[in-house]
Amino acid sequence: MTVTQIVDTRVRGGRLGTNALAIVALAFVVLVAIAVALAPVISPYGYNDQDLARFLEWPSADHLLGTDSLGRDILTRLLWGGQPTLLGVLVAVLTFVVVGVLLGIVAGTLGGWVDALISGIADILMSLPGVVLIFAVLAIFDQDLTPAMITLGFLGSGSLVRVVRATVLGVRGELFVSAAIVSGLGSVRLMARHILPAVVGPVVIQASLFAGAALAVQSGLGFLGLGVHPPLPTWGSMVGEAAANLAKAPWLLVVSGGIITLVSLALALIGDGLRDVDAARRRSDRGRAPIAARTSRADGGTPPEPSDAVLRVQDLEISFGDSPPVAVVRGVSFEVQPGEILGLVGESGSGKTVTTLATLGLLPGNAAITAGRILIGQDDVTELDDRGFAGIRGRRTGLISQEPMVALDPLFTVGSQLLEVLKYASDVPASQRRARAMQLLSLVHLPDPEAVMRRFPHELSGGMAQRVVIATALAGDPELLIADEPTTALDVTVQAGILDLLRELRRERGLAVLFVTHDLAVVADICDRVIVMEKGVIVESGLVDDLFADPREPYTRELIASTPRLVDGR
Amino acid sequence: MLRLIARRVLLSIPLLVAVTAITFFLQSLIPGDPARSLLGGSATQEQLDALRQTLHLDQPVLIQYRDYLAGVLHGDLGRSIFTGEDVGQTLANRLPVSLSLIIGGTVVALLIGILLGVLSATRGRAVARFVDVFSLVGGALPNFWVGLILASFFAVTLLLLPATGYVPFEFSPSLWASSLILPVAALSLSGIATIAKVVRDGISTAMTQDFIRTLRAAGVPRRVLIWRHALRNSAVSLVTVVGVIFVASLSGTILVENVFVLPGLGSLAVTATSRQDIPVIQGVALAFTIVTIVVNLLVDVSYGLLNPKVRTR
Repeated sequence: MTVTQIVDTRVRGGRLGTNALAIVALAFVVLVAIAVALAPVISPYGYNDQDLARFLEWPSADHLLGTDSLGRDILTRLLWGGQPTLLGVLVAVLTFVVVGVLLGIVAGTLGGWVDALISGIADILMSLPGVVLIFAVLAIFDQDLTPAMITLGFLGSGSLVRVVRATVLGVRGELFVSAAIVSGLGSVRLMARHILPAVVGPVVIQASLFAGAALAVQSGLGFLGLGVHPPLPTWGSMVGEAAANLAKAPWLLVVSGGIITLVSLALALIGDGLRDVDAARRRSDRGRAPIAARTSRADGGTPPEPSDAVLRVQDLEISFGDSPPVAVVRGVSFEVQPGEILGLVGESGSGKTVTTLATLGLLPGNAAITAGRILIGQDDVTELDDRGFAGIRGRRTGLISQEPMVALDPLFTVGSQLLEVLKYASDVPASQRRARAMQLLSLVHLPDPEAVMRRFPHELSGGMAQRVVIATALAGDPELLIADEPTTALDVTVQAGILDLLRELRRERGLAVLFVTHDLAVVADICDRVIVMEKGVIVESGLVDDLFADPREPYTRELIASTPRLVDGR
Repeated sequence: MLRLIARRVLLSIPLLVAVTAITFFLQSLIPGDPARSLLGGSATQEQLDALRQTLHLDQPVLIQYRDYLAGVLHGDLGRSIFTGEDVGQTLANRLPVSLSLIIGGTVVALLIGILLGVLSATRGRAVARFVDVFSLVGGALPNFWVGLILASFFAVTLLLLPATGYVPFEFSPSLWASSLILPVAALSLSGIATIAKVVRDGISTAMTQDFIRTLRAAGVPRRVLIWRHALRNSAVSLVTVVGVIFVASLSGTILVENVFVLPGLGSLAVTATSRQDIPVIQGVALAFTIVTIVVNLLVDVSYGLLNPKVRTR
């Protein structure tokens, strides 16, 4: 079973889970709607049959849901009251769908100024305080609910216009590259064949979510006594009646508000379920996203052999996914000695980045170490959590990553990030941190540290940002620097500067560097030893000069041959 | 930054025109003679004439609208058909009640929502599941119903808090606060759920960013990464949703004010609607629109403040 298959079953399983709930919800709404529609037939009493001897009663065999203050049967009134309530919701939803779909399709297909106009209208609709306008409509039409619910649907349709328009634009974009337009399908047939089916999904989702909102407004109006024609109740007006008898019969409040809550909950569940199905379909179109839990490791803990190495990786296996996990790194072992620069090379997907992340406990949530161990100095870090890494990250290891421009928090100045790292990863007292931060910036050869401290990441060039990242990594005075493609995103001249800096740090501070790259020219330039990885295993390792002079593995030879600077330059 | 604000102010003009136009032209849809249908059959000729003048009914409809707009621009929103009170003055008296309720509800939603969101992003599946269920149910519960249940429990049964009524802040801050606790709780429920979800998603996304990895690798502890960096980086979506919640609370407050009998804009809207007091309804609609515009403006400004790229320019 491949990772893709595992993920497929998981996604399908999840979809089924949500769907079951959504199907129950749908069945409930349909059942309620049918019961309400059949109110004249199935109601045990008339909705205004009063029995003043039996007022405010609890549920009994005669009155399944009890009676109100005039001795009227609550179940009967719920069934009848559902009619104006659900009818109002239906009117609002129909208006919402008709207006939203029409305007959305017109805007999406015609484009140009029509699109601009409709989008403008949709924006205005979305920023209007809708409910108060519905009150205005109710006032003017003397509390007639139909125009009010039409208004509600219209005011709500702004969001649907946007969704439909976006869907239409998406479909049109696909059609342009496909043959449909080339072959000259008429635009009406185009609409019917391609656009309508694509729009149906999002519209149904939006409509069911909007129905919940419409129910809230409708019952709210009923609660306020607006648009109600007594003695015919609405669900909302029944909550209002219950409120008047709150102290004597709290039961009434539970029943009347309960039905509103249950129906709107069901509508939300239907909407969520449909959205999940839609999202899952899109996901499976695009690809996969593996999910996994951490699996326990097989081997026990033999105490580590004493050694000078700053980093020892032994028989490391890293797997993605679970049931069963798929190993992406297998049997990887290597050591980094103090002051050594070790190159780790391979193409993307060879497992080199995953290996380095594992040494820092930074594996993504869907990956886990399934065998072997990692020692930093004498400490086994294989099973440490974030808390366990507290004295290690920053103080004994530092990380430099590939994209310096996104490696710093865009919302904080260089200074505040450096000070923060000094606070947690070093023992420099608070009063001296500022001076130390500036010292670090000079150490990485940034001119005018004072000014750099005040800058935000977007005000730095790529090379400067990478120097700041190196300063951050050095703040806790680590003995090992892990550099993951530190020069790949930089210009060649800037690249050379960063490499010089790393060499200088090694020379003057005895820093060891694990240098991960796919660029053999850089390896030849800076590394002492090199390890070649392919498909998750180490295929070759040795001193740089030996390896380049006499590569044994065909894969290494290929890598060398595909690095023109190396072939020409040396 | 200034251009951003100017743009938003310019965009609010069509919005104001739309609202005044909708509420104004709707009154010309009143079947028959609006003045007579509003005042009923027993009205005298003087009463009818007075109302026609209040509603500018004695002129062509566009002229009416122009006069109305001119009045609005000079702060003259007309007078209530029923009480004869100045609409602008009535709105000014009632606005503080609604604003304390809405601002209170939004702040409570923000505080509890952020807490729940962070917990569900960091404390594993059980809390995340709870937040999911809570937000589903919280979104489905009608706020007036929640208000009634709270009132029946805390005010009627436990006698802890007042069930109804409002005490102005100037009169007694502590009574003011206790008169707002239950309404604020009812109003904030759905917002809590929404904010918790936004915060959780924002933090989960932020935690996968490169800069979080850099700081984590440099030794910054997880709690600092979450509360300082991940939360700050999800602030933009948080601010957006707070704006949406605030505007939605304008609608919510209409019902909540009626449950707890608070003299705010919401209860004004309801009485005016049931009495067909058109100038008051027009005034409330305008007030709500202006509040909406101001909130959206604040949201835009805070985008700028939150983003150093805009701020430092």
